[in-house]
Amino acid sequence: MNQQRPINLDLTKFSFPLPALTSITHRVAGVILFVGIIFLLFALSSSLESAEGFAATKKAVTTGFGSFITWGLLSALAYHFVAGIKHLLMDLGIGETKESGLYAAIFTIIASAVLVVLAGVWVWA
Amino acid sequence: MGVSVTNFSRSGLSDWIIQRFSAVVLAAYAVFIVGYLLANPALEYAQWKEFFSCTAVRIFSLLALISTVAHAWIGMWTIATDYFKPVALRFVFQLVCFLAIFVYFVWGIEIIWGV
Repeated sequence: MNQQRPINLDLTKFSFPLPALTSITHRVAGVILFVGIIFLLFALSSSLESAEGFAATKKAVTTGFGSFITWGLLSALAYHFVAGIKHLLMDLGIGETKESGLYAAIFTIIASAVLVVLAGVWVWA
Repeated sequence: MGVSVTNFSRSGLSDWIIQRFSAVVLAAYAVFIVGYLLANPALEYAQWKEFFSCTAVRIFSLLALISTVAHAWIGMWTIATDYFKPVALRFVFQLVCFLAIFVYFVWGIEIIWGV
């Protein structure tokens, strides 16, 4: 057996097609949301505690650094949502071919980009 | 396979279907909450508290919380078994995930049922 056979699993050397990139981004967004649950639960808890807590939470999630966390989590949610629906459609056999998979990936990026911008408008406008 | 002992339901097919069901629940809940916030831009404390005191909202929130537990565990398990080859590293990562999910679950119930 050839001991010098090429074993190329160096991920940095791969050329990833767009559907692969949208898939890994879906995982990254999932991890961001997993960590972000801390902020969501903290905000929910303090906003339901008292009128003062509600006002403080509203201020914290819509101004300053907190507004970036809100926008970031909304963006991760938007992407995970859109890419997740793509996954569910693929489970139904829609968008599984090489060509339609590419279109689905492009659509995922465009649709989530629109939602990310709208989330920014919602948070800051 | 050694890794299969840490999956959610001891069955890959069952994990697969749970991940899909919980995804649909979480998607519906996300649309519900974001929709509520969009529909009520001038939201005040009394209305917010009343919203989360509603039994239907509580049950939907609890369903979303339980879905989060399953969805997060299966998702993080997939990531752990895909990217972390050393057993010790994977074990520590999954332990941290388990503790986080447990805290989310207890904390979430306390919030939802403490209103």
